[in-house]
Amino acid sequence: MTNLIELKNVKHAYQTPAGPLPVLDGLDIAVPESSFCAVVGPSGCGKSTLTRLIAGLMFPDEGEVWLHGDLVRAPRATVGMAFQNPVLLEWRSILRNVILPLEIVAPRMPEKKRVARAEQLLALVGLEGFEDKRPSELSGGMRQRASLCRAIVHRPEVLILDEPFGALDAFTREDLWQTMHDLRVEEPFTTLLITHDLRESVYLADQVVVLSGRPAATQYVLDVDMPVPRPIDSLYEPAAVEMLATLRHQIQIAQGRAPAQEATQ
Amino acid sequence: MSGANWQKILSPVLGIVVVGVLWEVWVWYMQWPTYKMAAPSDIGPAFWRFKELFLQYGWQTLWRTVVGLLVAVAVGTFLGMIMGLSRLMRDALYPLLVGFNAVPKATVVPVVALVFVGQHDFNTILIAFMISFFPIAVSVAIGLSTLEPEYRDILRSLGASRFTIFWKIALPKTLPEFFGALKVAVTLAFIGTNLMEIVEPHGKGLGHLFESGRINSDYPLMFAVLIALALLGILLYYVVVVLERIFAGWAERNPT
Ligand SMILES: Nc1ncnc2c1ncn2[C@@H]1O[C@H](COP(=O)(O)OP(=O)(O)O)[C@@H](O)[C@H]1O
Ligand SMILES: [Mg+2]
Repeated sequence: MTNLIELKNVKHAYQTPAGPLPVLDGLDIAVPESSFCAVVGPSGCGKSTLTRLIAGLMFPDEGEVWLHGDLVRAPRATVGMAFQNPVLLEWRSILRNVILPLEIVAPRMPEKKRVARAEQLLALVGLEGFEDKRPSELSGGMRQRASLCRAIVHRPEVLILDEPFGALDAFTREDLWQTMHDLRVEEPFTTLLITHDLRESVYLADQVVVLSGRPAATQYVLDVDMPVPRPIDSLYEPAAVEMLATLRHQIQIAQGRAPAQEATQ
Repeated sequence: MSGANWQKILSPVLGIVVVGVLWEVWVWYMQWPTYKMAAPSDIGPAFWRFKELFLQYGWQTLWRTVVGLLVAVAVGTFLGMIMGLSRLMRDALYPLLVGFNAVPKATVVPVVALVFVGQHDFNTILIAFMISFFPIAVSVAIGLSTLEPEYRDILRSLGASRFTIFWKIALPKTLPEFFGALKVAVTLAFIGTNLMEIVEPHGKGLGHLFESGRINSDYPLMFAVLIALALLGILLYYVVVVLERIFAGWAERNPT
């Protein structure tokens, strides 16, 4: 299996008025095709920066970011993104929101096909019947579902999720985990998920990467050896509990190295 | 028509009637002569006496205000875009604009009248524009510069051009603020038009009619002009409200 996403010794610093702020310092991540990688790390350690590098919205000072065998030099249509804030456009219906990427990526695609594709995805995430609603008429969880549909409507190779479930309540979040598994069965994307929920990372991912505190390096990589899709109960199996304990310990190490960063986001 | 719609029409009409009656009673009670305060019953005849002039001058005021506003929309949006999309331009232009806006336009009117002497239409439109473009520029600039980066990133990560991002995201997202500013600008543009009409000799427009009322001590006429201006202002304001409904109706809170 080839690596669809590969970061090699990535280093990056932001230029701030107070001088350069090193954020990433020696990051190595490799995500095989159609697998699911979760990235956890202390707040403000550079996780969102990492997503922007993969999406080609920014470029690293040093090191290399590879996507499907190509060095990332610009944004590309084979990427889909979703954030903690669902950023749906209020002047568009849910259906039109989901169609938006197709207008950019496939301007010549017939309207009928676009609508059919969006409707198919909305049905898959349980939003059938909400196509014509405005985003503000939906609950937070439903908006996040629509945002996920928008991120994959153009069949991207890579799905980048930056804490998409972070603002949801625990029950809604577990529902969405289930939805993620459902989507993975139907759609062949490779996923990189940023999260601060260790249970989420173990439940969803094939591989969990722990980042050290800022400046972040790859501190630990955990292979999650459980079949997919997983019942939610699998989180209570001894193997999962042990993995959670390992991850928690690793996070404590990461935070211990930079205890002052806890409060920054 | 439903009850709610009736209420929408009836309540402002009622408001106007009540104010008119109170005004009439008040003037009568104070025993004021018309040169001190005209009553609504004096204003009606004043309208009738000068009905052709009102139509002619009202039209002049209206079209020059609208043209001034259109120029203000074009220039204001352009300046707002420059300032909203470029930090450098924002830092460079903002103090200039604020300073320009702080200059009382009443002092600019004679200057403009001197510089472009005789060009009455042009001068009037210029002042209407100068007084009304600022809120538009500021609202567009703020709307664009406060766009959350994620909104841009959903399209930028797909390789969309700057123009596409502007057209599909930034522009529609700014529309509610734009229309809010346009409502302010409408009123300001009227003030600008009338300033010029009142000050510059050989005038046209309602401002000139007001001035001739003053010179001839025809106080009911002056009040009638004020009422006519108010009516034009209301008319333009509601035109903007209708446009807002059409283009930014999504921003209205649902009454649920
Ligand atoms: N554009 C920027 N300019 C300067 N500093 C930034 C910028 N973006 C993020 N940072 C800083 O870089 C650090 C990492 O940010 P981020 O990648 O968003 O962290 P995370 O997503 O892990 O919370 C933070 O301390 C943040 O304040
Ligand atoms: Mg972040």
